[in-house]
Amino acid sequence: MGGRIIIIGAGQAGAQAAASLRQAGYSGDILMFGAENELPYQRPPLSKAYLQGELAADRLFLRPKAFYEQQNIDLRPGVRIARIDPAAKIIVTEAGDEFAYEKLLLATGAPPRRLDCPGADLKGVHYLRTIEDSDALRPALSRGGRLVIVGAGYIGLEVAASARKAGVDVTVLEMADRVLARVAGKEISAFFEALHRAHGVDLRLGAALKGFEGQGLVEAAVLETGEKIACSAVLVGVGARPSTRLAEDAGLTLANGVWTDDHARTSDPSIYAAGDCASHPSPIYGRRMRLESVPNAIEQAKIAGANMAGGDAVYDAVPWFWSDQYDVKLQTVGVSEGADRTFIRGDVAAKKFSVWYFANGRLLAVDAVNDPAAFAASKKLIAARIPVDAKKLADPESDLKSLVP
Amino acid sequence: MPKITYIEHNGKEHVVDAEVGISVMEAAVKNMVPGIDADCGGACACATCHVYVDPAWADKVGRKEPMEESMLDFAYEPKENSRLSCQITIRKELDGLIVRLPEFQG
Repeated sequence: MGGRIIIIGAGQAGAQAAASLRQAGYSGDILMFGAENELPYQRPPLSKAYLQGELAADRLFLRPKAFYEQQNIDLRPGVRIARIDPAAKIIVTEAGDEFAYEKLLLATGAPPRRLDCPGADLKGVHYLRTIEDSDALRPALSRGGRLVIVGAGYIGLEVAASARKAGVDVTVLEMADRVLARVAGKEISAFFEALHRAHGVDLRLGAALKGFEGQGLVEAAVLETGEKIACSAVLVGVGARPSTRLAEDAGLTLANGVWTDDHARTSDPSIYAAGDCASHPSPIYGRRMRLESVPNAIEQAKIAGANMAGGDAVYDAVPWFWSDQYDVKLQTVGVSEGADRTFIRGDVAAKKFSVWYFANGRLLAVDAVNDPAAFAASKKLIAARIPVDAKKLADPESDLKSLVP
Repeated sequence: MPKITYIEHNGKEHVVDAEVGISVMEAAVKNMVPGIDADCGGACACATCHVYVDPAWADKVGRKEPMEESMLDFAYEPKENSRLSCQITIRKELDGLIVRLPEFQG
């Protein structure tokens, strides 16, 4: 295979796909375009160690520059793509340069959903996705004044923890009646609500935001009730939207993101997609899903890379995820949506426990709080579709390793 | 800079000049040593940077935290000298450290 492969997007998925192409023996040209000016880097520390100033930028890079040179991966940072012409098999950059491809990977990610309420464009209203975003937010952690966080998802809560660690007053506004409502069960929500309140976060559930006020710079968040919360900065973490414009304009099928089959192929056989921008059928759960996580980006990009190199790999990885807040490490395996029963193992008060989610007796997911054994065991159980021995699970003395054959 | 030797499962050796303050995992990734995936980037969340520390160095690299120990329990072929390389910070005293890589990560 000698035709050129183009990768649009130089994040976790794009970088992994490039590496996987070479691992699979593909020796043709690889051209990778990134909208940002950086080498491919890891985003998770942007709300944690990097935001707190504890991790230098060069430690975010997934691989050194020499890797791309040695592997003959032509990395073009700071280049935005304007459109794809799937009939002619070319892409066109915003600068008007055209590049032909034999196969194309869309790894365009999912940028933050933006607010359009009054005052949303004031200075000091931040979003968090890129190194630049984290750099812009960092001063809010060292100067006086309250930080208002809109949205109690992972980004919001991780930034809340980072800000409290820096001694900043924090108010978190969440529209739903619990935190992490879209991604975790009630037990986990209650745990993280108590954790953040114990660390001094002013957490408002069921809080409807009306907008922001300020003269150029944000000075207050205004609730629908009329209450004003004075602040010197705002972080908005209200979810992400898959970046699908290029795919849509190219006539590719969309389905909550760029539609892919179980081989990471889009509706155009020459175009693949991976990571936050792509939805895929999940053999484990028997339905289509789109995941916003590093492990999904890595695993799906491995499949895309292998298949673009001529392979026949099926994407069947167990979803997983982690989040660090204060002294708590949450590790999640699987997707708990649709659970009809939960079982808690361990000691919630001691901050070491796991929540096991079942549907019709089958293990769907586990949220493990400072409990890596539960995480590791359940990852193997769900991957291999091994039925869980409920008696053993319920016995606090049993070793979780005994659940895994 | 301290020298760290990584030995792949097939016996291939990689001697790396490692920067003090970064982790044994990061030094491997920076120097393109294959066999250390480090999917979570060093958060002690994924156990894909598993190494076997040469027994002569066991005391010098320090002890495993309980989190790390539990993750390693479920790794591929864990041994007494198993470590997650993201949890070993490189110090001057680790000059000459030898670690061996498992056949698989995860």
